[in-house]
Amino acid sequence: MGTEAKRRQPRWLLYGYCLYLALPIYWLATMALQSNQDIVGDLEIVPSRLTLANFAEIVGNPVWYSAFGHSLSYVILNTLISVTVALPAAYAFSRYRFVGDKHLFFWLLTNRMAPPAVFLLPFFQLYSAIGLFDTPLAVALAHCLFTVPLAVWILEGFMSGVPRSLDEMARIDGHGLGYFFFRLFLPNIRGGIAVTVFFCFMFSWVELLLARTLTGSETKPIVVVMTRTVSASGLDWGVLAAAGLLTILPGVAVVWFVRRDLVKGFALGRV
Amino acid sequence: MRRWDNRAWLGVLPVVLIVAFSAVVPLMTVVNYSVQDIFDLNNRLFVGFEWYRDTLRDPRFLEALLRQLGFSALVLAIEIPLGILVARNLPRRGASAGVWLVVLAIPLLIPWNVVGTIWQMFARPDIGLLGAGVNALGLDFNFTADPVDAWIVLLMMDVWHWTSLVALLAYAGLAAIPEPYYQAAELDGAGRWQVFRHVELPGLKPVLLIAGLLRLMDSLMIYTEPFVLTGGGPGSSTTFLSQHLTTMAVGQFDLGPAAAFSVLYFLVILLLCWLFYTAVMRSEDVEGGPGGH
Repeated sequence: MGTEAKRRQPRWLLYGYCLYLALPIYWLATMALQSNQDIVGDLEIVPSRLTLANFAEIVGNPVWYSAFGHSLSYVILNTLISVTVALPAAYAFSRYRFVGDKHLFFWLLTNRMAPPAVFLLPFFQLYSAIGLFDTPLAVALAHCLFTVPLAVWILEGFMSGVPRSLDEMARIDGHGLGYFFFRLFLPNIRGGIAVTVFFCFMFSWVELLLARTLTGSETKPIVVVMTRTVSASGLDWGVLAAAGLLTILPGVAVVWFVRRDLVKGFALGRV
Repeated sequence: MRRWDNRAWLGVLPVVLIVAFSAVVPLMTVVNYSVQDIFDLNNRLFVGFEWYRDTLRDPRFLEALLRQLGFSALVLAIEIPLGILVARNLPRRGASAGVWLVVLAIPLLIPWNVVGTIWQMFARPDIGLLGAGVNALGLDFNFTADPVDAWIVLLMMDVWHWTSLVALLAYAGLAAIPEPYYQAAELDGAGRWQVFRHVELPGLKPVLLIAGLLRLMDSLMIYTEPFVLTGGGPGSSTTFLSQHLTTMAVGQFDLGPAAAFSVLYFLVILLLCWLFYTAVMRSEDVEGGPGGH
């Protein structure tokens, strides 16, 4: 502990950074709890009149809460697809050599570098042509463009950290590949899977451009409903702030539930 | 050693299929459009590289490109050192480590348009804590009217939004450095800077490569946050490549030129990422590296 304490700077940097993170969110929360008159009125650092009317507006309006449901459905779908297809691929990359493996790995990563703006029109045409437009599956598949390469990249790192002797031992013990993979191998990379789920959920939940392009009236996600509110009713800051605050919650819930695995995953230094 | 076995292709096949569907097909469409003049979907004309020539001569493309490069350079120059500093101060173990990770991860989990909204509310001179606060100090500050102020708010927002990613990755990298390395450095009488330079920085290199690449490619693609915060203005002072492209493709429906723009845009990102990767890998020998191939 002596050496560890010595290489620390004073904690003020960490607290200062957290203050910097907290202030804009604090301000969002105060706006969510004020009426519009109070928001545009005199500026108060600690608001004196609080109200839950903005949240009541959201809870009472099906446009808002169904939009939350639409967002969650494509995010969860995307996370499931990404992790499911990335697991065998990452295992193949970490354990075997095969024709074109290096090129394939690099090609996957280049897809992470493609700007979504480039794919707006082709995606719209492609998903319209196969009848997937305005379904959660369309957005989930489109988001695979950046979540799948990232998932393979992260999982490959974690899997390569598991000694190959584990594979050998399972083979000597006469276990089949399926039993070995699900019962012996996956528990060893729990932390890695948590990190992967975290990143897939994160990048799918926060994306606006593709989600906006691939959804119509049926499955409008929360991020789109929010941008519509701005333009439609002008300056309804209170409801906008309340909705913004609510969009933070699912992400925080995910990271809170996997935090122990995340710490383990990050502590392996294999991200 | 990894065993040679072509049956491993079966494992990567689902990924190849899904990425081919969501990347290759659209990309071929874009390349196809970029060499045609499209009046409507049944009426088109092959024009070769004309759109590419036009785009490369278009001052708006070049200005947006310059702004984009400046923005990405500034973002990397601030977020990477700050992220390392934050990571060095995080506790390594115990219950508090998990809580700190959750706190740091919060900005990463906020939808990008909400990030823009949060900063708009925070920085506006009339209703925002930051805007009104700076004005109360006697400084003239209005990001909707002054390009410099707009850039300052944009950079503050991006630092707020993404430094945590660098910090989390650097935290993972620091955790992987074995304690004996530090003890050896201490026996040699190394100072704090020397420990950082010769023990921590080499150990951090693989994750810093990932963090730098992710920040580089994502900052080059930035669209939603400036779109919500400044709408690209004042004037076009914060219009970056993605916003310019979206206006062309969806706003004006200029399919051919937008497609040529897209291809060039993608190539710029690939080139810069490759340069960044090569520069980091060349700087010193590194064990491992992403992919480990």
